[in-house]
Amino acid sequence: MTLNPDYILQVSNLTKSFSGIKALEGVQLNVRRGEVHAIMGENGAGKSTFMKILMGLLQADAGQVFFEGEELRHSSVHEALKRGISMIHQEILMVPELTVAQNIFLGRENTPWLKDHVREQEAAELLTQLGMKLNPRTKMKYLSVAEMQMVEIAKAISNNAKVIIMDEPTSAISDKEVDALFKIIRDLKAQGVAILYISHKMNEIYEITDTITVLRDGKYIGTKSTKDIDNKHLIAMMVGREIESLFPLALASKGEVLLEVKNLSSKGKFEDISFEVKAGEVLGLAGLMGAGRTEIARAIFGLDAFDGGEVWLKGEKVTIKSPQEAIKAGIGYVSEDRKGLGFIPGLSVKQNITLSSLRRHSKRGLLQSKSEEEIANRTISELKIKASSMEQKVRYLSGGNQQKVVIGKVLQASPEVVILDEPTRGIDIGAKSEIYKLIRDLTARGMAVVMISSELPEILGMSDRILVLSQGKQTALLNKEEASQETIMRYAMHE
Amino acid sequence: MNNLVFKRENKYLYTVKNTFKINTRGLGQYGIFVAFVLICLLLSFITPKFLTVSNWTIIITQVSINALLAFGVTFVIITGGIDLSLGSVVAVTGVVAASMAHPDTYPVVVPVLVGILAGVSMGALNGVVITKSKVPPFIVTLGMMTIGRGLALILSKGRPISNLSDEFNFIGGGQIMGIPLPIIILIIAFVICSIILKKTVLGRYIYAVGGNEQAAKASGIRVNKVKMAVYTLCGGLAALAGILLTSRITTGQPNAGVGFELDAIAAAIIGGTSTSGGTGTMTGTLIGALLIGVISNGLDLLNVTSYYQQVVMGAIIIGAVVLDSWNQSSQK
Repeated sequence: MTLNPDYILQVSNLTKSFSGIKALEGVQLNVRRGEVHAIMGENGAGKSTFMKILMGLLQADAGQVFFEGEELRHSSVHEALKRGISMIHQEILMVPELTVAQNIFLGRENTPWLKDHVREQEAAELLTQLGMKLNPRTKMKYLSVAEMQMVEIAKAISNNAKVIIMDEPTSAISDKEVDALFKIIRDLKAQGVAILYISHKMNEIYEITDTITVLRDGKYIGTKSTKDIDNKHLIAMMVGREIESLFPLALASKGEVLLEVKNLSSKGKFEDISFEVKAGEVLGLAGLMGAGRTEIARAIFGLDAFDGGEVWLKGEKVTIKSPQEAIKAGIGYVSEDRKGLGFIPGLSVKQNITLSSLRRHSKRGLLQSKSEEEIANRTISELKIKASSMEQKVRYLSGGNQQKVVIGKVLQASPEVVILDEPTRGIDIGAKSEIYKLIRDLTARGMAVVMISSELPEILGMSDRILVLSQGKQTALLNKEEASQETIMRYAMHE
Repeated sequence: MNNLVFKRENKYLYTVKNTFKINTRGLGQYGIFVAFVLICLLLSFITPKFLTVSNWTIIITQVSINALLAFGVTFVIITGGIDLSLGSVVAVTGVVAASMAHPDTYPVVVPVLVGILAGVSMGALNGVVITKSKVPPFIVTLGMMTIGRGLALILSKGRPISNLSDEFNFIGGGQIMGIPLPIIILIIAFVICSIILKKTVLGRYIYAVGGNEQAAKASGIRVNKVKMAVYTLCGGLAALAGILLTSRITTGQPNAGVGFELDAIAAAIIGGTSTSGGTGTMTGTLIGALLIGVISNGLDLLNVTSYYQQVVMGAIIIGAVVLDSWNQSSQK
């Protein structure tokens, strides 16, 4: 390949396989100094593998990477960081027992003795620059996910890197923090720093990036200037076909009220929440980070106790004190923390699907593999889970398919009310549209769906009615027709 | 005989592992300190012999060996690992040192240094196998426990090695300005270990590796180097304990140190080190070791037989961790 001095990073013919399956095949990339370069593609397209190779977390089987005109053969993250490549990881990689400052500077203490005081000062300045009010001495484990992500960002930019890889940096932060991040990206750009930007949020891609490189199934598809390509063509490049409409139409007829919540309150979390959801209906729960959406779901599902109010199911008042009781009563909950609470990565697709309903597949304590396999097979085909077989470990599935496995597990208990908390977080657009179809499917089967989401297009596209929360209070209950991004935001910011 | 011992340890081990895996923290530094003070107060009311300088000298001297081992294993447990080979390292070190510590042969530094070298090598070997093979530390060090015991028996031809020089015996039995040497060694080791853990970059990396290995890796920390350092350090401290023990009993015993690793792990856990890694302090471990020493001393003074002492000790380990887990969940 020819080296071009304009480019800070040049990649050619990169190939990587995992146990015989090609994750990357002949991938190329050229990145200019001071450029924000989006890497796009569906989940499983190979973006994360690609970035991990650049960062030294994985080794390529073949291909070349040139950084500042020199071939990069680093085999460790240590080396990559030293050369000037740093990364904001999608899965937040932080040590919970260490403080914010200790995490930001972890791995870069250049003396054998610790200088925490100096580092705390530096961390404080950095965080202020990011618009964060955060004590650098707070232990990481006490932070919210959004705050952790901001610390992850602070850590990556504090390295004085020449190339910063950002793998979904905004998946857990609010708009205000996104603005602060974008301001910093523009500053870094002006200083000649190149940014590799991975995100599934189209509006961000159009707002901040200059160039887009698309991967599909581990292969290089093409590179375009952001201003030259519209949404429709970009999605077509990513999925290899044109998606007519992301959100399938709501065709299910509405039935009786399945879930009714009356004046639900929990001190310090939310107060006086009332709503109802009918069979065949999707109720969207919108609001900013910390508005109390997840807390309400947890209270209904029996994960947390609440102080006041009532929950009614099919016209009967119920008292639910544990998730077991909630499941028995017909409520299913798919957590926002897919990795932490949703599935067991080391178990197979089959084992995960039947995990909470094993009793039905056992006789006198002995597992009946036939009935287990039957259910697993049916779920896999109904939900269109893409796995090599039902014996494949869930760890190796893409995010979208992992989410389907979790939903499949929840459906085993035949719930009538399903609460989905951020069902498409970190999932690419192709898989998103499948999850949306799946949600429509659930309503067509007569279930009531409560969907919590931070993505307004998703809320607007899927919900029949939208409950907007602000700081634990319910500020609006909008019909589909009267809702728009602006009205929802106005109510979400309502004091 | 060997087989029997092995079985007993294994059984105990499973209890330790399984009980503490679920619930990962010990009493925590402050809780354990309060418990320690309360038990001391209680014992001093029950028996006047307890709160005397001579009795405390005995307690601390007896505790010193377990404390040294516990410091070492604390490093290891904070990284999320475990070292079961400590008792065997004690035996190997003792036999090696004793064989070079006869009167009028080498100066006393030779057996000491060679003994420590033996322990350091065993620890380093643990580290190499664990980092290169990715076999869990539990299994690697379990193997090393048996290998070490075999080595000690081979090197000593199965017989105790006695007739050691006075200089060598001074290490475990001597006094400087009225203070027994083991206590001085204990204090120095404690200070150094605390500094390593709290004030050095290595210490920070030890917490980071145990707290979140992936994050440590992504931060550019060479995780394998940290693990190597930790097992080597642990082997070195076990060697020091082996030399202390050999000198105190004035014999190199190939059967010495059986089960010592479990007492050491118990001290670390009682002192608040989490078996899932990422937390723990040297102060906690020291108090954990002292607590074990004080209780067995107290029970001795009360003429409770050693059979019952074991039952009490086991209950205390479990109690300490259960209390702490209540503490933890009430904080949430």
